[in-house]
Amino acid sequence: MRATVWSGRNKVSVENVPDPKILNARDAIVKISSTAICGSDLHLYDGYVPTMRKGDILGHEFMGEIVETGSDVTNLKVGDRVVVPFPIACGACNACAREMFSLCENSNPNASTAEKLWGDSTCGIFGYSHATGGYAGGQSEYARVPFADVGPIKIESDLSDEQALFLSDVFPTGYMGAEHCDIKPGDIVAVWGCGPVGQFAIASAYLLGAERVIAIDRFDYRLTMAHEKAGAETINYEQASVREALREMTGGRGPDACIDCVGLEAHHPHPAVYAYDRVKQATRMETERGHALREAIFNCRNGGTVSIMGIYGGFMDKFPIGAVVNRGLTIKTGQCHVHRYLRPLLERIEKGDIDPSFIVTHRMSLDDASTGYETFKHKQDECVKVVMTP
Amino acid sequence: MSSSSQTGSAAPQDPMAKGLGIFSFALGIPQTLAPGRVNRLIGVKDDAKGRMLMRAVGVRELAAGVGIFTDRRPTPWIWARVAGDTIDLALLGSALRNRSRSQTRTLAATGAVAGAFAADVIDGVRLSRASSANGSTPEQAPEQPVQVNAAITVRRDRDDLYALWRDVEGFPDFMTHLEEVRSTGPNASHWKARGPLGTTVEWDAEITDDVPGERIAWRSVEGSKIDNSGTVRFVTAPGDQGTELHVEMRYSPPAGAVGATIAKMFGEEPGIQLKDDLRRFKAIAETGEVVRSDGSPEGPLGRRQLKQRPAHPQPDEEVAGASTNGGGS
Repeated sequence: MRATVWSGRNKVSVENVPDPKILNARDAIVKISSTAICGSDLHLYDGYVPTMRKGDILGHEFMGEIVETGSDVTNLKVGDRVVVPFPIACGACNACAREMFSLCENSNPNASTAEKLWGDSTCGIFGYSHATGGYAGGQSEYARVPFADVGPIKIESDLSDEQALFLSDVFPTGYMGAEHCDIKPGDIVAVWGCGPVGQFAIASAYLLGAERVIAIDRFDYRLTMAHEKAGAETINYEQASVREALREMTGGRGPDACIDCVGLEAHHPHPAVYAYDRVKQATRMETERGHALREAIFNCRNGGTVSIMGIYGGFMDKFPIGAVVNRGLTIKTGQCHVHRYLRPLLERIEKGDIDPSFIVTHRMSLDDASTGYETFKHKQDECVKVVMTP
Repeated sequence: MSSSSQTGSAAPQDPMAKGLGIFSFALGIPQTLAPGRVNRLIGVKDDAKGRMLMRAVGVRELAAGVGIFTDRRPTPWIWARVAGDTIDLALLGSALRNRSRSQTRTLAATGAVAGAFAADVIDGVRLSRASSANGSTPEQAPEQPVQVNAAITVRRDRDDLYALWRDVEGFPDFMTHLEEVRSTGPNASHWKARGPLGTTVEWDAEITDDVPGERIAWRSVEGSKIDNSGTVRFVTAPGDQGTELHVEMRYSPPAGAVGATIAKMFGEEPGIQLKDDLRRFKAIAETGEVVRSDGSPEGPLGRRQLKQRPAHPQPDEEVAGASTNGGGS
């Protein structure tokens, strides 16, 4: 089959590899109909996530049709149309019992590697480095899905692929980011980053009852989408002081909750500040550029909540812990427990509360994956989301 | 969720090794951060290539420093410093042959590196001798019995887990170094473990303590080539989280080929190997099987962590080969 493989820093190629097979009794094989490039794939592409190997198949946002099931999979049959959540979860351990599926204790065969990196392991993730299991991803024609009796959700309505696909990651991730904020009537939520997760965090904050949502980015086309499609007020941080604008927009209080949807490759408008973290990151003295998170913490209302959905992999310098402690902030974070949100968010889509396809700006063939990565990485051609079809 | 530990001293107890470790940091930080200034200070060519080289030398110094301070056994890191000194002397030698630059400064730097070289060699030889003489050394003496502990929480009842563990013939499903365990009596069993280069080693074991739902203890019978023993305790976890398994294993490494087999059996890092075994046990108990990935077709396996396959499907025959280790259901 053809598959998008990581071939080193800033290099992906579409290659022929063997077709996947059933390796465990609870596996299923999915013939992929649509697959997307995630912002977190760019961290792999840029070489910031350790434990990647040349030849790894990328991709953790995919959907398609079941073509084969293992002997213990009884809830799915050949021909079912499914969306696959990006975390791999067994459904039987204590983490799964607590519905914290991205912390599944049985799905990462490389748990000891993850434990060295982070203190304990996370779940396995499709196409997302060897620290999260070394699983082949879904930017390919077929994918093997372990614990298929637990993860994939059947799509039985006539939703289009683009309406259903983002249940795999970015919609639930944005939704969980907003849910962390424990939104009360009258709350103002600020969202850093207007990529796909940011767009869904904004939309979800409104679904959960936010009074106003303020979006922060440096690309006008992304801010326009946040304003027109998700209903946010906007701040372009290259044109205005985020701090002054937020204070003004919130009557001097600061946002009740701040959501970081940027992660480890953040930018800063001041060249010297940006260079400080860029150099440290390039020389591997820290792994994260924390501009967005620092700003989110610094500007949050006293006693408010900072929700971190952007990806961080290791260690950050100049983390403003003093602001967190002295102003009583709550930090909530985590890789999304997608399984928890699949059913309720699918119902929201089917009811017409939201149409997630609004983020799609680029559609292309799987064969053009390397163009897709370059376009998305450099935000060329007003790119927000690339969907590929094999 | 789980934890493991093994006995052994924390590094580095040896004051000279500690000093050399600090020296590594003191040298490595400016070399990495300001390679140009260091180049000018020691009078070697300060161009893009020279800076890259100096930064690489700095990274190597930092790695040696980290190694000396974090590894239980600093000796290999001291020898790594010796190797690094040799490279530095060669580099400085080539700089000296080039007459256009500040020779006095380069000569002074060469003298300093030669001094460090001597200190490294002295400490390396001293530490290596000390460990082979089994004296009071900063290293764990190989002849001492090795004890490894690990704990893991499994979402099943104590009685279920006790029954699963009591079935010794199922051990190879989760203990990857075992080829076969055969029950030879109510409390007796015959064990066969894989060694290096296709060798195997066998021994007989007996259960020495057996309290259903609470604990099982076993040990190799007297006269076995391998003196080893182990205990597992089953403790109800608080808050409806199932059962905690507390495992303790002990072995005395004999000399020679059998010793090598044992060493291999417990792996480079026995704590990690035991913990991976427990992860496999937990997976079988909770999900019925050990999950496999393209990168780790055998499931959790210490030695596989360093030799990951690329994460794409493997050809048929390789998958079949891996399944001998795949764990039962």
